[in-house]
Amino acid sequence: MYSVPVAGLCPQGSYGIQDSLRSGFTSVKNELLPSHPLELSEKNFVLNQDKMNFSTLRNIQGLHAPLKLQMEYRAARQIQRLPFLQSSNLALDTLRGSDDTIGFEDILGDPAQSEMMGEPHMMVEYKLGLL
Amino acid sequence: PAAGFNFDNAARNAAFDGLFEGGQTPKPMKTGTTIAGVVFKDGVVLGADTRATSSEVVADKMCAKIHYISPNIYCCGAGTAADTEKTTDLLSSNLTVFSLNSGRNPRVVMAVNILQDMLYRYHGQIGANLILGGVDCTGNHLYTVGPYGSVNKVPYLAMGSGDLAALGILEDRFKHDLELEKAKELVRDAIHAGIMSDLGSGNNIDICVITKQGVDYIRPFQESEYKETRKPKYKYRPGTTPVLTKKVVPLKLEVVEETQQRMDTA
Repeated sequence: MYSVPVAGLCPQGSYGIQDSLRSGFTSVKNELLPSHPLELSEKNFVLNQDKMNFSTLRNIQGLHAPLKLQMEYRAARQIQRLPFLQSSNLALDTLRGSDDTIGFEDILGDPAQSEMMGEPHMMVEYKLGLL
Repeated sequence: PAAGFNFDNAARNAAFDGLFEGGQTPKPMKTGTTIAGVVFKDGVVLGADTRATSSEVVADKMCAKIHYISPNIYCCGAGTAADTEKTTDLLSSNLTVFSLNSGRNPRVVMAVNILQDMLYRYHGQIGANLILGGVDCTGNHLYTVGPYGSVNKVPYLAMGSGDLAALGILEDRFKHDLELEKAKELVRDAIHAGIMSDLGSGNNIDICVITKQGVDYIRPFQESEYKETRKPKYKYRPGTTPVLTKKVVPLKLEVVEETQQRMDTA
């Protein structure tokens, strides 16, 4: 399920060239190991929490409960705006119960305030399969 | 781009550490502190000093270390100044939303649980040592939360770099069910011991008394005797400088041109 990045093949900088100033020289170690102890755990935090909650629910109430809930999650995840616009994910938040809590992910790195935006026409054409 | 903490620069920063001899990356502002709390008969007394340091330099002489969480809960913070501020702000917002949703005053255990979850998630990278004190429907409580998420419930407490000195005073004179004035004196003396014996603590002492009737946030409770007399504005009253001689030379002005301009009073 996890793809192993190969050094030199997919540089993270813009224009496809390795951005030495921001990410350092290319090396396999750089791309395989996380540079910060929290990087991996933070990337998968919501997933891991959901997994834990679902497995507890399965143990308490049986298989039907997480199945039904996951179906609702899948439906809620599909309610999105156009590809280049940030959507509020209100239904997903309500299902998870995080609609009345504030955490660091609401204050820092808000995608609505990000400096980079995708090219709108390209993204919509890609989504509709016209590209 | 994912929301939340951004680790893009972590590799670059780690490379910087070895590059400059002696580490020239700016150090975060720590509160290198003495904070203390005591449970007394009618509530909780929290005390803190007011110095914030950035390595060897005093960054803030009048730093407010006792943060508001909810009308009946206050929190003292030691550790990295920004971390304690932001964490207590987030905690306060969450508790406010909860109390609006449910119509109840938040309890101290709720604050402690939220903090514990939040700090454990970040495995100690958020450097916040907090003392939470409050009065709720179940009684008067005093808790400490460490940066890795450890929680301790105690009747008297001191944290920060000056905690050993403060704890000495508290261990010696603490008794259960103290009176208000005695409790305030005890906390004041504990913080004073921390200020005298620790370089990271100093300047004034703030005290916050929380009872069922309300909160009394006394800032400053005691000012240090090394206050300076520098004023932010230099304004002297006329006559401060004595006048020695006076010479008046009238300027002769000639009228060259005179014009009249109507004022627009529409």
